[in-house]
Amino acid sequence: MAERCAVIGIGQTKHDVKRIDVSQAGLVREAAERALADAGCTWKDIDAVVVGKAPDMFEGVMMPELFLADALGAAGKPMLRVHTAGSVGGSTAIMASSLIEAGIHERVLTVAYEKQSESNAMWALTISMPFSVAVVAGAGGYFAPLIRAYIARSGAPEDTGIRVALKDRLNALKNEYAHLQIPDVTFEMIANSPMLWDPIRYLETCPSSDGACAMVLSSEKAAAGVKNPAWVHGTSMRSEPTQFAGRDQVNPHAGRLCAKDLYAKGGIQNPRQDIDCAEIYVPFSWFEPMWMENLGFAPEGEGWKMTYEGATALDGDLPVNMSGGVLSSNPIGASGMLRFAESARQVRGTAGEHQVDGAKRALGHAYGGGSQFFAMWIVAAEKP
Amino acid sequence: MRDVAVVSFAQVPNVRSDSRNEIEMLLDIIPRAVEGSGIPRPEIGFTCSGSCDYIAGQPFSFVMALDAVGAWPPISESHVEMDGAWALYEAWVKIQTGQCESALVYGFGKSSMGSTADVVTLQLDPYLLGPLWPTAPHVAALQARKMIDAGRITELEMAEIAARNRKAALANPNAQVAGEFDVDALLAEPYLASPLRKHDCPPVSDGASAIVLAAGDLARRVSKRPAWIRGFDHRIEPHSLGARDLTVSASTRTAADKAGVGAGRVDVAEVYAPFSHQEKLVVEALGLGGDCEINPSGGALAAHPFMTAGLTRIGEVAQRILDGGAGRGVAHATSGPCLQQNLVCVLEGE
Repeated sequence: MAERCAVIGIGQTKHDVKRIDVSQAGLVREAAERALADAGCTWKDIDAVVVGKAPDMFEGVMMPELFLADALGAAGKPMLRVHTAGSVGGSTAIMASSLIEAGIHERVLTVAYEKQSESNAMWALTISMPFSVAVVAGAGGYFAPLIRAYIARSGAPEDTGIRVALKDRLNALKNEYAHLQIPDVTFEMIANSPMLWDPIRYLETCPSSDGACAMVLSSEKAAAGVKNPAWVHGTSMRSEPTQFAGRDQVNPHAGRLCAKDLYAKGGIQNPRQDIDCAEIYVPFSWFEPMWMENLGFAPEGEGWKMTYEGATALDGDLPVNMSGGVLSSNPIGASGMLRFAESARQVRGTAGEHQVDGAKRALGHAYGGGSQFFAMWIVAAEKP
Repeated sequence: MRDVAVVSFAQVPNVRSDSRNEIEMLLDIIPRAVEGSGIPRPEIGFTCSGSCDYIAGQPFSFVMALDAVGAWPPISESHVEMDGAWALYEAWVKIQTGQCESALVYGFGKSSMGSTADVVTLQLDPYLLGPLWPTAPHVAALQARKMIDAGRITELEMAEIAARNRKAALANPNAQVAGEFDVDALLAEPYLASPLRKHDCPPVSDGASAIVLAAGDLARRVSKRPAWIRGFDHRIEPHSLGARDLTVSASTRTAADKAGVGAGRVDVAEVYAPFSHQEKLVVEALGLGGDCEINPSGGALAAHPFMTAGLTRIGEVAQRILDGGAGRGVAHATSGPCLQQNLVCVLEGE
């Protein structure tokens, strides 16, 4: 029933701690223009624009798609703005793909961004509820206990997180757009960096970045002249409540169900074998082994072994976060779309220095909130 | 396109300040909307909501709402930082892809939590317009002034629109500002933001509403008279107030055309016109005739649950079709300064 959907253009900004060289409009246009150029399209070829970003407190502009309508060529067109917390970049891409799959539009421009240098991101993330005491500061404060629980359950060696961070930071050196690039990074440098929220050290933590990511999605018909589209084989979203006592926040049910639904749609029988590489949302190093289990790449309790064995390295059998991931660039609203876009770059063969040779099928993954929102897709070089 | 219908609608009474928080308000309407749909909660295939962090006064404010909507086992769910009318659009699109047969959509907002008229100023271009800090009524007043100067409306007509809506609201148990107002008395009041007076402006309201959508045979099975969505489109215009003609609503006209408003008789229309002069603008852009009943609910002048007022317009039209009172109706939603973005939904009974 659904139309096929292809990714025909991808663009992103150089991510950095403060992009004071551009306004918000300039930031999104940098990514959007690159995506259009990559797609061989102009603004007038686009039928609709779907914007995604995280809380508006990060920039101090309420519902910014309104003031960005002109910058994104949306005047006279349908425009939507998605907000699903950290997973938003992914759910935005999924919304855009739905417009193609429903046969409503031929070409959709989707952009996700954050210009969080305009605010103080750590405190914008620290939610203060009336009549409650705030017991954590920043996102790391929320996730550190979950990571401690993972270590206790799995018996993972305590330096697993450092190994993930080292891998992602070395990968970032091969990504011209990455925010954090530390050419002389070593295991010791990471191990000696200050402990922020035990067991998460400073260099095992994502940066706060300004950045944008954009894609042009198209119908099969509009992709006809495109040499190397990435075909969407399946998308899935799952959410679970915040306060429900039956949750397992270490290995969330919503994540497992989302992956199961995605694999069924995408014809994936054995994820470890059928998927060539993955871009997943790892804002704190330990989430790599945790998500390896949640996504079914490793049995429960053994995700850390994939890191230890080098399976997730660029030259491993399941490379993860070839771009350097969220650990290297984290414009929060864009991070999920960057994962989706980087997975598409891999199967298009356009990932440059961090390309996995022969990657034909890749997973893009994003999560948000208190490990409760999940958005994922499978893209492949061949049509579904 | 698949046939998709509204099969239920629920709203909380709109009040100046609801003593409940957003989750408690949703706990009121979500079960009502779900039960009214006849579709068991676990079988509803997609959930989507609309709300705004700046209205709630905190980031990620929509997240807590999940605890009220039955998200266990985990659900397929999304959220737009827009009026619930656009969440309905996203849900309608999801059903069109064939990935689900039904959807639960809700919108909510407690404008009482802050000074909404000031907060909405944050929607404006932060470099050029925002720093001047014109509040919502002042921005709308610029448009009203242009309409008056162009001979498109008079202050008397504006007062008549306000009075008519609030009189109609007497029949709406969920309306907030209802009564018979004398137009001369209204015109004797001082300006709030010339040429707008208090009666030309929406009230401040807390509110929440929910709709359940169902496709084809499912809709026919659960509802005696589904309100079929026959057309659904939305468009945005340039942001800058000086870059567009504020005396017409070009995006409403385009959306109405794409949604097929003119393809048949329109019995009833609910337009989201928070300022009185905007009702005339939108009605003209929709191409509605004199035989169409406009805003029997009292519209946004009688109750303005910001972030769900648009969804409520769609629900009000749908309910009239579900109840057999109307055959074909049009609902309109708006977002942004001076009607920058507009959505049109055409509904019809079978």
